[in-house]
Amino acid sequence: MSKAISLYLHVHQPFRVRHYTIFDVGADHGYFESTYEDRTNNERIIHKVAEKSYLPTNRHLLKLLQDHPEFCLSLSITGTVIEQLERWAPHVLDSFKDLVNTGRVEIVGETYHHSLAFFYSRAEFERQVKMHEEKVMQVFGQKPKVFRNTELAYNNDLAYWADKAGYKAILAEGWDKVLGWRSPNFVYRPAYSENIKLLMKNYRLSDDIAFRFGDRNWSGWPLTADKFSNWLNSTHEAQIFNLFMDYETFGEHQWHESGIFDFLEHLPSEWLREHGNKFMTVSQAADSFEPADAVDIPETLTWADTERDLSAWLGNSMQTSSILSLYALEEKILGTHDLSLIEDWRKLQTSDHFYYMCTKWWGDGDIHAYFSPYENPYDAFIAFTNAYHDLRYRLNEKGVEL
Amino acid sequence: MLGWELPPHNSGGLGVACYQLCRALSKKGADIEFVVPYTAEHPDVDFMSVNAAHPQDVQRVLKAGIAYDSFKYVKSSGEIEWVDLFGQSAIYEEAVGRIVGETSFDVIHAHDWLTCRAAIRAKMSTGKPLIVHFHSIEADRAGKPMGGNPLVREIESLALTLADKIVAVSQYTKDAIVREYDIPADKIEVVHNHSDPASLIPEEGENVYRYLTAMRELGYKVIVNVGRLTVQKGLPNLLRAFQLVVQRSPKTFLLIVGSGEQRNELIQQAADLGIAQNVLFTGFQRGKNWRDSYGVADLFVMPSVSEPFGLTALEAIGYGTPVLISKQSGVSEMILNALKVDFWDIHEMANKMIAVVQNDVLRDELYRNAYHEYRSHSWDESADKLLSIYEDHLSKSPSNADKAGAAA
Repeated sequence: MSKAISLYLHVHQPFRVRHYTIFDVGADHGYFESTYEDRTNNERIIHKVAEKSYLPTNRHLLKLLQDHPEFCLSLSITGTVIEQLERWAPHVLDSFKDLVNTGRVEIVGETYHHSLAFFYSRAEFERQVKMHEEKVMQVFGQKPKVFRNTELAYNNDLAYWADKAGYKAILAEGWDKVLGWRSPNFVYRPAYSENIKLLMKNYRLSDDIAFRFGDRNWSGWPLTADKFSNWLNSTHEAQIFNLFMDYETFGEHQWHESGIFDFLEHLPSEWLREHGNKFMTVSQAADSFEPADAVDIPETLTWADTERDLSAWLGNSMQTSSILSLYALEEKILGTHDLSLIEDWRKLQTSDHFYYMCTKWWGDGDIHAYFSPYENPYDAFIAFTNAYHDLRYRLNEKGVEL
Repeated sequence: MLGWELPPHNSGGLGVACYQLCRALSKKGADIEFVVPYTAEHPDVDFMSVNAAHPQDVQRVLKAGIAYDSFKYVKSSGEIEWVDLFGQSAIYEEAVGRIVGETSFDVIHAHDWLTCRAAIRAKMSTGKPLIVHFHSIEADRAGKPMGGNPLVREIESLALTLADKIVAVSQYTKDAIVREYDIPADKIEVVHNHSDPASLIPEEGENVYRYLTAMRELGYKVIVNVGRLTVQKGLPNLLRAFQLVVQRSPKTFLLIVGSGEQRNELIQQAADLGIAQNVLFTGFQRGKNWRDSYGVADLFVMPSVSEPFGLTALEAIGYGTPVLISKQSGVSEMILNALKVDFWDIHEMANKMIAVVQNDVLRDELYRNAYHEYRSHSWDESADKLLSIYEDHLSKSPSNADKAGAAA
């Protein structure tokens, strides 16, 4: 039986809120602008990530696309990272366009602001999806046909929405609790849907690359393209291997020194050595296979942590009160028709801001799980809350009743 | 063990730390003879013997005042004499010199500079290993590097040099000892203080701060500081930051619990800043008055210029209040779930106080996690570390080579 790898990479950077104090509220609206040396400086971070990850990865991927006509992949790229690249690193954005111009890179749709709007305001969610679609069309000349939500946050309602919106497939975590005895290596159909297909991440194989690759204590270390292809070839009950991961896996999460780029460079040739093996974009996977079964996912599932839920974003009261008060401003903010105010409000919806306020690992000594430009979750909350107060200040200035 | 005070005759954290540390040590089998420089009952101490060291012709030595002030000597003749700190430290040295000739022990463990002269004499006359335990150094008390009384610095320097091992209450203090006295870092062990959850007294009855309790019902918030009113504690910065808080959140009180030489100037400063009605000075408090000050507050602030440890921050968490602490403190190494600020950064101090008084969720989340963290530490860890230091030195010392247990 022929098998395919569907490699899907996710590119995102938030607009981090600088150390923004109560004394800045009403005096300076530049929440996202910090001095270059600051840990929250977005320009410095985008340069660093581009150097370590985006540029070398794109160089390797372009070479692979040129050398192997059978190689293809999918990627999603948020509006917030596209904006940052346009502003601070246009040559890096060009290197993404070069990939897409080969005709074998599919762009996956999502919210422009990498937000959790689906769970708070359906109308705002749809606006952000539309914004993203337009941005992708403008930059890459493609209309997304497959959808992924922020953090792969998925449930039946989202699938129902995506089905009605005309997407041919949607992505989700291939979590054992929802799959049961079923394997993620087949195409499924979301429960209560008509046409849309469900592609589920093979988290074991994906995490072998994304998390375990450089771990010398892992039994699979060192992982070579040859060994990895053998694992896939010896998996008999499979049609498609959904390898979904962050783009920054290459060069940032797994450093250059770990050999991750050698792995990437050799994966296509090793995989394609076996007769019948293929690469597919997410659309090709949806077009090629009939659903094996319907999968019912009433509770929200994400690709994060051992809980696979939204608790890293919405697990404590600082997080929930922040997000609720932000969405409570929706009508008033949109009513001003002030584009810069609306845009700042949207940039604050990016899920990363809430992640920085997560306390579930904090104090347990396990701060490795914690990627944040702030000293602690409370500082993140204070900076965010002050920015929120500034939105209110600006509304008040415009005569909006608060 | 040579100490300067024990509760209830303590002026600050030193006595509390010595008391709780000795209790944990004695639970693990250490036999402790604790020597203090004054005569008094210690009703809560039943796990070690406490002796007063004073000249033979003196009947009683009474501590006067609440800070490290002066001592009142009642001689056998009935005559009364007042002695200052330096005099007291010298008299303590003489008396300890006599006591060590009459008692047997394995290790000398001395706390802070006041006991250092006595500790050095005890080591010289007995040859027993000397461990000096620093809860603060002179530069901390002076509130600036290389600062303080040169005589005190000389005593500290001598004791640090002659000691067989140095114990510092934090990495912060260890770094300060290395910086101030050129002591090699590997001679110094960090043993953190704690606040024993078992020593917390549950809230009972109505909070004594009735006015503040009533105002809280009306939506007011209360910030509290507990400690000596002295330059080391950084209170002028707190008042300036609090002025900014009041400008944005007028319904906020600052409760200042403690006394000290800065009291009058702080009262004056609050008035000059136009916040006199929002700042309440209680003076030095013990017992329920002291405990309830934590209980009535939404936030405890410790703005110290230099705080070797900062036990009050742990006590605040133990009594139900989240904390904002200066980064120039030992306790900030230990508690992750705290707001932290450089002592000189008045705007940031204000920013964080405002955030807490305006956001109950921040206050509650901060407290919940801090309390969990507080409960995860204990004096046992520190006692174990000290016992292993004792044992190291017992086995190294030729005269003690055959002894395993430690008595200090």
